[in-house]
Amino acid sequence: MQNYNLSHLKELEAEAIHIIREVAAEFENPVMLYSIGKDSSVMVRLAEKAFYPGKVPFPLMHIDSKWKFKEMIEFRDNYARENNWDLIVHYNKEGYESGVGPFTHGSKVHTDIMKTQALLAGLNKHKFDAAFGGARRDEEKSRAKERIFSFRDKFHQWDPKNQRPELWDVYNAKVQKGESIRVFPISNWTELDIWQYIRLENIPIVPLYFAKERPMVNMDGTWVMVDDDRMPKELRDKAEMRMVRFRTLGCYPLTGAVESNASTIEEIVEEMMTVTVSERTTRVIDFDQEGSMEQKKREGYF
Amino acid sequence: MSENNNISKQNNNTPTGGTRGTLDIQTFLAQDEQKDLLRILTAGSVDDGKSTLIGRLMFDSKMIYEDQLAALERDSKRVGHAGEEIDYALLLDGLKAEREQGITIDVAYRYFSTNKRKFIIADCPGHEQYTRNMVTGASTANLAIILIDATQGVITQTRRHTYLISLLGIKHVVLAVNKMDLVDYSQSIFDEICSEYKAFVTQLNIPDVEFIPISALKGENIVESSEKIPWYHGKSMLEFLEEVHVASDRNFEDFRFPVQYVNRPNRDFRGFAAKMASGIVHKGDKIMVLPSRKTSTVKSIVTYEGELDEAFPPQSITITLNDEIDISRGEMIVHPDNLPHVERHFEAMLVWMDEKPMNPATQFYIKHNTNTTKVRIDKIKYRVDINNLSKSEISFFELNEIGRAVFTTAKPIFFDSYKKNKGTGSFVLIDPVSNNTCAVGMIIDKLDANDLPSKISLEEYRDKIDQGQCLVSKAERQKRYNQKGTTLWITGLHGSGKNELAYHLEKQLFDLGATVVLLDGSTIRSGLSRELDFSPTDRAEHLRRVAHISRILNEQGIITICSFITPEKDIRNQVAEIIGKERFNLIYMDADLDFCKQNRPDLYRMAEEGKLNDLPGVHIPFDTPNNSDLTLTPADNNINPEKVIDYLNAKHIFPAE
Repeated sequence: MQNYNLSHLKELEAEAIHIIREVAAEFENPVMLYSIGKDSSVMVRLAEKAFYPGKVPFPLMHIDSKWKFKEMIEFRDNYARENNWDLIVHYNKEGYESGVGPFTHGSKVHTDIMKTQALLAGLNKHKFDAAFGGARRDEEKSRAKERIFSFRDKFHQWDPKNQRPELWDVYNAKVQKGESIRVFPISNWTELDIWQYIRLENIPIVPLYFAKERPMVNMDGTWVMVDDDRMPKELRDKAEMRMVRFRTLGCYPLTGAVESNASTIEEIVEEMMTVTVSERTTRVIDFDQEGSMEQKKREGYF
Repeated sequence: MSENNNISKQNNNTPTGGTRGTLDIQTFLAQDEQKDLLRILTAGSVDDGKSTLIGRLMFDSKMIYEDQLAALERDSKRVGHAGEEIDYALLLDGLKAEREQGITIDVAYRYFSTNKRKFIIADCPGHEQYTRNMVTGASTANLAIILIDATQGVITQTRRHTYLISLLGIKHVVLAVNKMDLVDYSQSIFDEICSEYKAFVTQLNIPDVEFIPISALKGENIVESSEKIPWYHGKSMLEFLEEVHVASDRNFEDFRFPVQYVNRPNRDFRGFAAKMASGIVHKGDKIMVLPSRKTSTVKSIVTYEGELDEAFPPQSITITLNDEIDISRGEMIVHPDNLPHVERHFEAMLVWMDEKPMNPATQFYIKHNTNTTKVRIDKIKYRVDINNLSKSEISFFELNEIGRAVFTTAKPIFFDSYKKNKGTGSFVLIDPVSNNTCAVGMIIDKLDANDLPSKISLEEYRDKIDQGQCLVSKAERQKRYNQKGTTLWITGLHGSGKNELAYHLEKQLFDLGATVVLLDGSTIRSGLSRELDFSPTDRAEHLRRVAHISRILNEQGIITICSFITPEKDIRNQVAEIIGKERFNLIYMDADLDFCKQNRPDLYRMAEEGKLNDLPGVHIPFDTPNNSDLTLTPADNNINPEKVIDYLNAKHIFPAE
């Protein structure tokens, strides 16, 4: 008999495509949240695959905190245009105009106003009843128990004690008006799976992932890039050129770089296999308080 | 040992794992690309060392990063339960509230890989809500690891977990006898535990059971064979997990394609997208669509990477057909010579997952593959006590209870037994008010026609009448009406003139003083059977309802004239069974198809043009009755009512005296 066995990546891909199609079929108004990061890039490709040769029947939405790296924004606009995506960019206008930012307000306030609040407002404005997110269960402890279809109440809150049982590949898509579901099609992928898939599928990613000499400032042990002159001058003055890359991407003042020479995916994976610090430590927001990611998720942040 | 083994097997190293850097990255990635996936369920309580085992597997395969280890050491000192040692359980307990309570209460998924395979572990807690969590974790697992504490042996919990694993159809079980260090690595203790477990497990349907003595805490027999257990010649835990063959566990025989999404980007492309539930489909295969039973052939199997010649589970693909057939989500594409059950009634094992107990009056939603419809639980046959497998009667389920129940759905679903096909044998129930997933089920089989569900059996009901609880006797009714309650069931094709006979017969009997009720298709379908269509399954259900009405009326002494096509012999027999053979009189209106076509030209023309399906005589064969009590022809319709009345006279049905 022929060998009817899929590789792990093909199996994960089939699972994700099934999830994405299920949401498109069951919900009236889904949206794919697009963070411009590598996980989002994989998720977006999976959506393109799910509906091939048709167009993906839902838009992308990027919640712009207005503090993203410039290269991210450029990449986002190019990708959406070249791949014929319907792209919604939403930001907290009030917060932006009153000058909220991580340097002046701290990471907690900034994240709450410019990310969490902006996301909720964006979802409400367009009345989305399902939102795809690119979170993976291996990223962070509190995510290990999150469902693929994660139910949110009218206030977008997640109740970890009251999750719907999720068996086989049968997903309960019933929601009342105003309630919604966050959907995580790449829940079962690991960081290595993501890199391997990007490599095999030639998926374009933001160049910040690759090592390059960049102007960096050491802030309390974290390498932060000078991306614009909103960084206070006394910090900017300390900038030095360093060979760095980013393992995750977010708001530039809140995303630490790692010193690295890895300029290809192979080198990144090689570095990853030897690296001893897990992915999210370069994210400043996780260290705010004990169980902080879980806290943010309860409040509606991904 | 080749260099590649360094990725996973340097268990003496600290997790800084510097040796990995020496690996040829291209080789590694090429190898990684080919790895398959093994989904593992781990069952057992924290006391059995389950979390320690998982932590150890992840630690030894280097999936614990340094900062996680630092957090682990910090947490171990603060809230740990392992004294001076690193408490691996803390690594696994995700949520803050749970960490403080010291128990894991939900399924958590863990990921690690070796140079041979990728692993996903569904880590299920042993306490409190064990059933709900175990069942959830088991639903996607290829293999289960059951932990036993060597100092405790096989306990109730072991049996409970094993039963749930067999219920969910996991085919491979590893019994990990842990804490061997505490029993001096004793072979006799290990053997004793194994034989006790074997005696129990043979009652259950688990084809592959493996026994491994380990010490998770000391790392014995986890990655490499233990020198402390020289009498054991089998594989270490990790070796076994890397090598166990699970690909053939899938069903590759029965092609089932539950249409998920219709992809119609333009006029020229109409694709049906779904995940292969089971079986294999090839380009060019002849297929049938359910429930319409329309047939076509596979034009192409489309994916983003290009067209395929064949597809197999669990691939997500898009199929196009050579004929233009209207297919929507919820329908199923199959091979015409290998059909699933297409039924509204079935029996299943149900696991109640909701805090809120089952209300037997509720009509739930059932989600089965891509179909969502209403469902009723007609009867609970028994509940299984998972501690001793004994059965008991209950009238509703509560949280974590398991039992066998009888279901009726609002429309037919396409299923196989769960044992044969997990993909088409599983379903979830959704509470219509809270929208919660309140129960999950595994289908055992369709329901036999004679075993159609009812809250009160016909026998119980007849006993009531016979025991004289009914204050009006059969004799009194017969005397009042001067007739015997009887059914005159007229069968024949559309346009055969059976309705004409029915109406004239009703009129003449009425004029003679009989008490008579006429039942025909439009009467019943406009109300009682309004949700049913003309498919064979729905037609059967429709006629079952008619038969029950007729029976009730007959039992009250009333004569019924039932004018229904009833093409299938089996269904006519089933109707006769329900009504009671002594009361059932079959009248066959014998008209050939050409006569019927002349009589109802519009109807038959539509059928020929394909605008109508399921028309008896055209799409569905009409079984000519060979056991009718009267056979009439439409040409005689002016005298046919009299013929029937003569028949009733002769049989002393009307008048009775």
